[in-house]
Amino acid sequence: MSRSTFLLDGQSVPFDDGQMILEAARAAGRYIPHLCWHPDFPPHGSCKLCVVKVAGRHVSACATPARAGAEVESDTPEINTERRTLLQMLFVEGNHFCPACEKSGDCQLQAMAYDLEMTTPRFRHFFPDRPVDASHPEVLLDFNRCIYCELCVRASREQDGKAVFALTGRGINKKLAVNAESGRLADTDFAADDKAARICPVGVILKKRVGFAVPIGERTYDRAPLHEVALPKSEGDT
Amino acid sequence: MSPSRKLRVATVSLAGCFGCHMSLLDIDEHVFALLDKVELDRSPLTDLKTCGPCDIGLVEGGVCNSENVHVLREFRAQCKTLVAMGACAINGGLPAQRNHLDVGQCLSAVFQSRPGMDTAEVPDDPELPLPLDKVHPIHEVVRVDYFLPGCPPSGEAIWQFISDLLAGRTPRVSYPLLHFD
Repeated sequence: MSRSTFLLDGQSVPFDDGQMILEAARAAGRYIPHLCWHPDFPPHGSCKLCVVKVAGRHVSACATPARAGAEVESDTPEINTERRTLLQMLFVEGNHFCPACEKSGDCQLQAMAYDLEMTTPRFRHFFPDRPVDASHPEVLLDFNRCIYCELCVRASREQDGKAVFALTGRGINKKLAVNAESGRLADTDFAADDKAARICPVGVILKKRVGFAVPIGERTYDRAPLHEVALPKSEGDT
Repeated sequence: MSPSRKLRVATVSLAGCFGCHMSLLDIDEHVFALLDKVELDRSPLTDLKTCGPCDIGLVEGGVCNSENVHVLREFRAQCKTLVAMGACAINGGLPAQRNHLDVGQCLSAVFQSRPGMDTAEVPDDPELPLPLDKVHPIHEVVRVDYFLPGCPPSGEAIWQFISDLLAGRTPRVSYPLLHFD
């Protein structure tokens, strides 16, 4: 029996019942941009980079089940302009100083900005004051780069069974917090080989003493763009 | 415009490190092709101190003091096409890392509480431009036409970008040359 299909930018994509648009597209080798989605976790739907248009409505591709015969628009000038605007808002909301970041070249936020040809943050920068937490002997937390995807929160809670991280506050006052009386990472049972230590798509959670080990030109997104790297065969623990 | 007229180009480094200008010189032998097509107005390379009417203005660095604001406004008024060149012009870059600190405390930390300073006071010579409380990307002060990211953008990226501009195309930097670092 043939599987049902939907149309992604005019091309047929097969799917299983209950599969989300993003998952089905990915399984068919078609990339839809995403930052907060990860194959090991249920959809979160917060970053909105995976926004697509189905029958004239904007939906999150990670959290919208595929329907037979649906026409999905993703890689269009309209949607990509909206995605670029979301990226620009993420960039001005934090302090994303790429030249001094250990994650530069391996950062999904930066790679997506390259992919979508974002050359300017366009909006007024917030320049928030977000002190770093270097208390842990093996891991540095640089909150300046947090995009609130909650992947570390979810990984620590659901896979490491530790609940080291949490988001506190709402809206513009939202921040990533460490679940300890002191608020310091050193006062938790966090370890450098936790899933949560390896899942940050940007440069918040960094292993100490290994920064800049890979030379410029050989880093993940120097070698291939995000829309290739993010497809199933090569996506793992990044 | 007669086809033979050379385009006038002005360049400046505001709150930058001149790294983008060094990278501009890194276009190597393309500099001959460039000078066939352009003539320089105000630039660190000509040492002219004011900017006349220009076709293209390349601005390196962000805006960190009152003089930067005046120069940037002069560039915007004189240049038909204004380009933010490099990370500092685009997002403030390294100088903007002081933005979460109080500028008064920064100055006193440097000039008043450092051992071995002869006169322990913040310099206040009227010739010195006043620092702004925050360092700003240039698009927060004037309208900017195009942005060329990189810290610095490579010579190759600058050449691709300028070639597009000179040919009348919308400048576009290809994937391997587009970098924020």
